[in-house]
Amino acid sequence: MYTAGIDIGSSNIKTALWNGLTFDVWSQPTGWEIESTSQAAIQTLLERSSLNMGDISHIVATGYGRKMCGFAERSVTEITCHAAGASFMINGAETVLDIGGQDIKVITMDRDGKVTDFLMNDKCAAGTGRFLSNMAVLLGYSLKDFSEIPDETEIQTISSMCTVFAESEVISLLARGIQKQNIALGLLDSIALRAAGMVDRLSSSGSVVMTGGPALNKTLASLISKHLGRPVLTPEMPQHSGAIGAALIAAKRNI
Amino acid sequence: MHNIGEIIEKMREGTAMGPVRVKEIKERGIPVVGTYCTFTPWELINAAGGFPVSLCSTSEKPIAAAEKHLPRNLCPLIKSSYGFALTDTCPYFHFCDMVIGETTCDGKKKMYEYLGQMRHTHVMQLPQNVDGKNSMVLWKDEILRLKSVLEATFNTDITNEKLSASIKLRNRMHRTMMEFYDLSKLPCPVLTGKEIMLVSDYLKFSFDYEEAIKLVSDLTLKLKENYDSGERRICPGAKRILITGCPMGKSLEKVADAIESRETGGIIVGFENCGNLKCSSSPVDESSDPIDAITEKYLNIPCSVMSPNTKRLELIKKYVREYRAEGVIDVILQACHTYAVESHSVRECLQEAEIPYMAAETDYSQGDTGQLATRFGAFIEMI
Ligand code: SF4
Ligand code: SF4
Repeated sequence: MYTAGIDIGSSNIKTALWNGLTFDVWSQPTGWEIESTSQAAIQTLLERSSLNMGDISHIVATGYGRKMCGFAERSVTEITCHAAGASFMINGAETVLDIGGQDIKVITMDRDGKVTDFLMNDKCAAGTGRFLSNMAVLLGYSLKDFSEIPDETEIQTISSMCTVFAESEVISLLARGIQKQNIALGLLDSIALRAAGMVDRLSSSGSVVMTGGPALNKTLASLISKHLGRPVLTPEMPQHSGAIGAALIAAKRNI
Repeated sequence: MHNIGEIIEKMREGTAMGPVRVKEIKERGIPVVGTYCTFTPWELINAAGGFPVSLCSTSEKPIAAAEKHLPRNLCPLIKSSYGFALTDTCPYFHFCDMVIGETTCDGKKKMYEYLGQMRHTHVMQLPQNVDGKNSMVLWKDEILRLKSVLEATFNTDITNEKLSASIKLRNRMHRTMMEFYDLSKLPCPVLTGKEIMLVSDYLKFSFDYEEAIKLVSDLTLKLKENYDSGERRICPGAKRILITGCPMGKSLEKVADAIESRETGGIIVGFENCGNLKCSSSPVDESSDPIDAITEKYLNIPCSVMSPNTKRLELIKKYVREYRAEGVIDVILQACHTYAVESHSVRECLQEAEIPYMAAETDYSQGDTGQLATRFGAFIEMI
């Protein structure tokens, strides 16, 4: 029997299918029609394995749109799901840093992936995935280039974290002829500093598992690690950790 | 006797009738005295023949107007209260002959300076800590000073007999509320937090005290009877939550809604906040000198404006035990420094006692209901 998790985020809908041994995942942009996009996302995943809805015993929805998903039988918050997903993907994980499209979360958990405490920053887009992609666009970078800034690059400090102000700061730096990659590194460093500060508030030692789309940015991960003075581990599919966690939670109900 | 729904409906109507009743009181020539804080000695106003009305506002509406004079980065409770006065859109403020404030938090005491330009305002000097003889002496002086101000303003004598009668009445109100709050000690609660808020508000804004005491007692009795006969109004699996922090009001019903929604699965079993357990659980001693007893009761309110304020920690732990709470949620209004700073010590104290705790910052807008639902949801999944 299969279980599925669906993570309805502000930018993307992520889905995961669990057969008890392995995962298959899929994601697509959230768009405006949450209900039908969710349906389509699950369908795509099912068709790939030549399955249909009837083959899934339980579905758990998570993410900010979790309550808008009619076919999921239960909704669980993304905090609980990210913890479950991260602790499955990286054995023994105790601290998770999740940078999502519109918020940053730090979660601590016990060995079984059960949440013990969490912190959430959702007041503004500063330092979130949305911020990152806006800045990439501004600099004319693809997200991939943005994530592979050469080590020897000098940091151009950016003082604004607010999307609006950072934008005008970046524009004026560019106008002054500052190198694009120095600015990019400065932006990433300011996000890293902020994220590291949040991690430090909740947990003081051990490695940190980074999830969410921005975790794919290697430069960002290494900057966070540098500020924390602790290892930062990135699982294979960091952006799917919420959906994977949801599918695992759905499976627990099976037992 | 009515059924529970009818009683609650009657209370809702009673609260809504508040402004009309205050108008009638005023037309009969009876003094109306505005208050902003639990530290204001209710009994003195009552003994002066006046009606105390709570002016602590929890609406977002007048905040923009208040920001003409007050900084944006100020607690919404202060801004909302001031904004209502400034725009003269709060019927309670409108009918007030005078208002009483205290030197509690910085924002509030500075706001009273401006309020004084609109209405006769008397500010009591509140000591900054409870311990030591000096605090007691200062606060007693302030109680006596308020007494003479009230006597002079309303041309009356506040005799010891009048004071004792007011103390007895107020204590009866507190006892009635405690019996009601204590229903939430039952293994399966019989009330939602939102209903508790409604009943507290009713007692605050119904100006017929005897009728209110009767109605709340009826409700308590009825709920008990139904419980004994096996009725369960609340899902037995709901996680029991104690609320603490800044005063809760209408706009913060969103907090109760988010906790008690079906998806979140929590149930509020008590409010440690102002206007609830904290003020009703310690009555004024009826056997000692009335002024001394009033001084003692009010000075000992464990509010975060006091430093240190260790009693609040003890109180939270006590309520967790008594109301069988499984977690504590600290509701902090944006820019309320005293509660925000104290949050760290509450967290540490509860961690040591192995009681799950979370703090949530919010304001009077309704823009953060989604985030609140996620936070509370995750917290409840965690406990
Ligand atoms: S929280 Fe403190 S300052 Fe505020 S109303 Fe209550 S007692 Fe007064
Ligand atoms: S909530 Fe805090 S800042 Fe606001 S009036 Fe009360 S003590 Fe002052």
